[in-house]
Order: sequence, then structure tokens, then C-alpha cells
Amino acid sequence: MALNRRNRKASRLGDAVFSRLSLVASLAIIFILVNILVILIMQAWPTLSEFGASFLWTSDWNTMTDEYGALPAIYGTVVSSLLAILIAVPVSFGAAVFLTEIAPLWLRSTASFIIEMLAAIPSIIIGMWGVFVLVPIVRDPIQKWLGNAFGWMPIFQGNQLGFGFLAAGIMLALMIIPIITSMSRDVLRAVPQSQREAMLALGATRWETISKAVLPFGRSGLVSAVILGLGRALGETMVVAMVIGNVYSIRFSLFSPGSTIPSKIAGEFGETLPGTLQMSSLLGLALILFAITLIVNIIARLLVWRMSAVKMGRL
Amino acid sequence: MDTCPQTENAQGQNPNGNHILITKNLNAYYGSFLAVRDVNMAIAPNSITAIIGPSGCGKSTLIRCFNRMHEVAHGARVTGQLLLDGEDIYGTGIDPVSVRTRIGMVFQKPNPFPTMSVIDNVVAGLKLSRIWSRRRKMEEIAERCLRQAALWDEVKDKLKQSGTSLSGGQQQRLCIARALAVKPEVILMDEPCSALDPIATLKIEDLMHTLAKDFTIVIVTHNMQQAGRVSDATAFMMMGDDRAGQLVEYGATKQIFTNPKDKRTEDYISGLFG
Amino acid sequence: MLGALTLIIRKGFNFMMVSLCVLGAVLAMTLVCMMLGYILVHGITFFNLDFITNEAAFPIGTPGGGMRNEIIGTAIIVSLGTLIAVPVGLFAGIFLSEFASPTVASSVRFAADILSGVPSIVVGIFAYAIIVRPMHSFSAISAAVALAIIMLPVVARTTEESMRLVPGSLREAALALGITRWRSVLSVVIPGAMTGIVTGVILGMARIAGETAPLLFTAFGSNFSFESLSEPIAALPLQIYRYAMSPYQDWLQQAWAGAFLLAMMVLVVSLAVRFISRKRGS
Repeated sequence: MALNRRNRKASRLGDAVFSRLSLVASLAIIFILVNILVILIMQAWPTLSEFGASFLWTSDWNTMTDEYGALPAIYGTVVSSLLAILIAVPVSFGAAVFLTEIAPLWLRSTASFIIEMLAAIPSIIIGMWGVFVLVPIVRDPIQKWLGNAFGWMPIFQGNQLGFGFLAAGIMLALMIIPIITSMSRDVLRAVPQSQREAMLALGATRWETISKAVLPFGRSGLVSAVILGLGRALGETMVVAMVIGNVYSIRFSLFSPGSTIPSKIAGEFGETLPGTLQMSSLLGLALILFAITLIVNIIARLLVWRMSAVKMGRL
Repeated sequence: MDTCPQTENAQGQNPNGNHILITKNLNAYYGSFLAVRDVNMAIAPNSITAIIGPSGCGKSTLIRCFNRMHEVAHGARVTGQLLLDGEDIYGTGIDPVSVRTRIGMVFQKPNPFPTMSVIDNVVAGLKLSRIWSRRRKMEEIAERCLRQAALWDEVKDKLKQSGTSLSGGQQQRLCIARALAVKPEVILMDEPCSALDPIATLKIEDLMHTLAKDFTIVIVTHNMQQAGRVSDATAFMMMGDDRAGQLVEYGATKQIFTNPKDKRTEDYISGLFG
Repeated sequence: MLGALTLIIRKGFNFMMVSLCVLGAVLAMTLVCMMLGYILVHGITFFNLDFITNEAAFPIGTPGGGMRNEIIGTAIIVSLGTLIAVPVGLFAGIFLSEFASPTVASSVRFAADILSGVPSIVVGIFAYAIIVRPMHSFSAISAAVALAIIMLPVVARTTEESMRLVPGSLREAALALGITRWRSVLSVVIPGAMTGIVTGVILGMARIAGETAPLLFTAFGSNFSFESLSEPIAALPLQIYRYAMSPYQDWLQQAWAGAFLLAMMVLVVSLAVRFISRKRGS
């Protein structure tokens, strides 16, 4: 009897320790997330108190006069990421539709595997490929052709260097295609067969079934796939740093070089002394990047969750 | 059509002998597996034909062959002929898309489009075949179809709501209205009431009688009472020894239920198995 | 007549759009194959035994240089990062699938998903701020911590998902035998989820092995062989970056050889994981 009780006590203790440990591990995740925000704010505080909100919309970056503004980096980040989305979304959606609706069964998993492998390749390698293979292609023929055909548009003017927003956008697109493709594929795969059949039975062609029944059914999932891809593009560092040309100014031509927040931090960090306003400003850039990606990711995750909630509730 | 279609369409044949749907040696496969073997039947216009049989006997597969939905599944194919008004829908050069506008389908589980409103659901199929559609015209057609599907009075105040906001029985009638809007000649119903409660089921059965004035209806049901209540002709299917479904007996509903010719039909009707 | 024309237009449009979708997939696949092919073909010409066994040749132009220090350095920080991330991630995954109430679980899961979306450069800066600054030195340990933070959500979520796939009846069977909760998790659930967990850990390791951005602020790189965890340490991706952006032909070749090594690792890991999950599936 006594033995029994001691045993029970021991087992209860074991359960308590085990569940506490697992709780602590989980809280660690939240703790890290919150701490990143707190630490970044603390480190960037000198810059925030010196420039205030104007840090966001001034474009100087002068170590002599110690004046820093984030606008060119924010501009570069947004432009290169949007360009990437513009290129990646049609390709990814097409590929996802192919993988779920068009490809013969035997091809589907192999094709998905090949596309998803792109996501596993380290960005530094993709960056090298970008510098040595893609940038020359961007210079000639892409920029040459765009310059000749659409040179009257401001976004296709200027020196045809290869390095610049266009190259960065294409490289980022390459990096997010596998992400958007695999997420959209999962979304489309979850569309009930009955929806396809309903449209087909009304006399719809294959594309009409896809565009009027399948894609609308998965729309919030598809949107969140795009937003997650955007989040990834915003924070990508090495590839952009290698191909964007790293000039800290705002230029409207897609041919011109620029900077993004990550490329600016990565490029300048090595030459910056700790404790200076310059370092604090770099950390301020990191804070802005963190805030942007945080918002983008939260929106995307909420969309995914709402979608699965709707699915469970109604269908 | 007169008041009592049941008697007039007896034996699945009407007096002047014309048929809207005729199957000739129809076989349905999934890959190499033969699911339905050698079906020959002729369906009279404006009749209600019920296909009954134990589960797994291939009745859903058969009805899906009638508007070329069977081949949508991977590896599925059909051999034989199916004549719609004398024209083989499995003939070379025949487009499944145009077949399906002439032969509509209502599925086992109501499947309205959740992203579309009630009205848009009804005219979804109609809009496909029109490059340009006037909103007013669409609303008129939607109202007519909803009335035909006996749903108008229940949904006239929520036409702009999502199709999935309706109850199960309403959703199924919405799906029927959606099929009607395309103006098909034949409407196929694959166990349309299996997901519904008895009251909703009754409403759909009543609806079928009214619809038979304008359309030809083929319904798959696992419910013998339902077949007896609604249909003019009944086809009884069973799985053969090779696990392929086959047509055992086909004739006027009254005859099948009161005086079956085949022993297996009799056993099934009297509840000896299945 | 009009109907027939409409149908022709619709079919033409259908053909065009379906073809465009096929084109999208073909484009994506071609790019992957071209890129991998280029890196492998280009890299293997500069890859040899010296590359693995030798230190960087000095001065530039001396033949026979390699990245031994960098390979060892990467191995050290990746193992250390894994050692930190796996226990925490494992326990977090256990919590999510076995102990947490739905609301708590969803907030932890949410945090894990958000953490996995934090740019790696931000994680690197975080590690810099909490470890490098106070210690006044770049260090292997700070790099390991940064990589661990990147790996943590991957391990937690794959652990949770694999454990959820273990049927509840197995847990009940264990509990019915009078085994305590934590013992049933250890002896029944985790073994059942082992393949999935190991796959997740391997994928996580492959991912952090190629991470470059966070190392700029933590490992920093070093020309010397490894001595202590609290000093700067050489790392393969960092060295590839420095060499790839350099003007020297020798260094470029070394960078290609390094890229080859990393790409091979990713290829092997991906194929292995695919093989494992296939075997489990069948």
C-alpha cells in the first residue's frame, strides 16, 4: 500500500516535471520572439531618440555629419520585393495549378520535389549563380531589349549595368517561387473534389473549373501564400547584397543599383564600430525590417488560420 | 405529358418508342478494373428513372458515365455507346463540355460554390456559355430557376448571401436550380437525398415530379422506398462474380416492385440482402 | 451558330491558360535544374581532396589551398546549434501535441510560425546584441545560438506534426497499462514519431549549414583553425561569400568548390529525406 502510494507520488512528480519542462521550452519560443523586439528597440534607441520618426523618411546616410535616414533602404526593400512578387506569383500559381490539376499523377511528386529543392539551396549559392550567370543575362539581352522597346518609360532608363533592382527582383522571385508554389499546391489540393465536379457538370472547360471553382475556393490560402513569399523576400539578405549594386539612393529606374535594408546592414556592418550612432542606425534598420516582416507574417498566418476555421465550420 | 406520368412511361418505354438516352454495351473502367459491365438501357423523355442496387454495385459509376463525368477520375474510361437524341456522346470529336450542358448533374452532397452568392450560384453555369451577360437578365433567369426548384420563397430575401449559408436541403435545391439554369435535357441525380433529413428529402421528391414535366430525370438511390415513390422506370444493378456491376433488370417501376422477373431482384426487393 | 463560336473561343482560351500553367511549372523546374547543374558542373572542376584537407593557401596564387578550417568551423557551429535547438524544440513540440490546452497551443504555435518568418539577418543581429556585445568578441557560441534560433521553430513544428500522426489509440493503450503520461510519451509516442522528428532535424541542419547572413554578425570568420568557442570562427558560407565577391581568380575557384560542397550536401539530404518519407508512406 505504502509502496503503491510512493509510486504514484513519483509518477505524478515525473509528469509534473515533464510537462513543466515542455511548457518552459514552449515559452522560450515566445520569450525569444518578444526579446528580439525589445533588444532591437534598446539597441536602436540612440538613433530613435536622435532622429525620431524622421529616420523613416530621410535619405541621408552620412558618417561625417552623423546623419542617418532609412528611406532609400526601405524603398529598395519594398521595390525589389514587389518586383519579385510580380514575377513569382504568375509562375508559382501556374506551377501549383499544374501540380494539382493538370499534371499526370506519376509526374506530380517528382515535379514538386524538383521545385521545392530550390528552397533548400543555400541563398549564398543562389547568389553566386546570380552574379555569374543571371546578371550578365540581365545586362544583355534583358536590359538591352527593355531599354530599346520601352526606353520611353522612366523605369527602363539609365545605364545597363546588370546589377540593380531588376536583377534583385528576378533573384528574389527565384527564391520565393518554391515557397509560394508549395503552399498554393497544398491549398489547391485541399479544395474538395465536389467543387470541381460541380463546375464540370455545368459544362465548364478545365480552365473555367480552375478559375471559377478551384481558385476562388482557395483564395485566402493563396493570398497568404503570396504574403508569406513577400515576407521571405523582404528579409532575404545575401542574394540581394550580391546583385543589387549597393548604392544608397532612391532612383526610379529598375536598371539602377540600390540598397535594401538587409543588404545595407550586411554591407556596412563590418566597417562600423560598436556604440556609434551609425551602428545604432543599422540596428534601427533591422528594427524596421523586423516590424515589417512581423506584420506581413502575422497577416499571412491569420489568413491561414481563418481559412482552416472556415473549412472546419462550414464544409 | 399528362397528369400521371407513372403509368404512361411504364417499362421505361413510351408508346411511340422514342428514347432520349440509349446505352449500348456500356462498360466503365477504373484503370484495368471493370466497374460496370455491358449496360444496355433506353430511357424515355420526361420520365423519372431510378437506378437501385446494393452499395458498391456501380450505380454511381453508371450515372456518371451518362454525362461523361466518369472520365474525370484518374485512369477512368468508358467503352460502348451512349446515344443522346440519337447522337453518340462518346463518339469521336464530341466535346464533354457540350455534353454536360445538355445533361446536368446533381451530386450526393450539396456542393454550392461558397464564394458565390445564391444568385451567382444559380447562374454560374449559364455565365460560362456567355461572353457577356446582363445583370438584370441573369437575375430574371435566377428567379425563374429558383421558383422551378421550389426555393424562391425561402431565399428571396437572402439572394446576396453566400450559397453555403443555406440549410442542407436548401443547398441541394440550390444545386438543382443551378443545374436547371443551363437548360439541360436530362438531369442526373446521384443519391441527391442521402445527406438530407426526411423533410428536406420529401421536398426534393415532390420537386422531381414537377421537374419531370420539362426534363428527363435519372436518379441513383440506395433507398428502395424512394425509388418506388418517385420513379416511372427502375433499373436494378448488382455486383457480378467478377465484382463488376451489371444491370440485372430494367422495367416499369410497378412491375419491378410487384412482379420482378429475376430472382435476384425479387430477393433484393423483399429485403433478403443488401 | 453563336453558341458554337463561343465554345470555340472558350476552348481556345482554355488551351491557352492550361498551356501557360504548364509553362510556369516547366520554367520553375528548368531554372532549378539549370542552377543546380551549373553549380555542380562548374564547382566540381575546382573541387579536390586538397579543398577538404588544406587550409587556405598563402599568399594568393599558391596552389593546393582549401577550406579545411571553414568546413570544421561550420561543422562545429551547426552541431552546437543543433544541440541547443533540438532539446528545446523537441520539448516544445511535445508540449504542443501532448500537454497544451487548445488556446495555449495555438498561441505557441503562432509564435513558432512567426519566429520562423523572422529574417535570418535579424536573428543574427539579435545574437550579436545579446552575446557578441557583452562578450566584446565575435564567437562560435554566438553563431551557434543564432543558428539554433533559426532551427528551433522547424524542430518544434515537425516534432508536433509527427507526434500528432501517432494514433491516439496507442497512447490510450499505454495509459491503460498503468504507464504514466510522460513515460508513455517517451516510450510510445516519440518512437512512433521518430522518423518524422529525425527528418525535421536533418532538414533543419541542412538549412542552418547554408545560412550566411547571421554569421556576418556572430561567427565573423577567421583565418585560423578553431581554438575556442568564445573566439571568431571560420565558416564555409562566409568564406564562399568573401571569396565569391573577390576579384582573385583563385578565390573564385575556391568559392565554386565550396558552393559545390554545400549544393551536394543539400542534394543528398533532400534525396535522403524523400527516400525516407517515401518508405514510410508505402
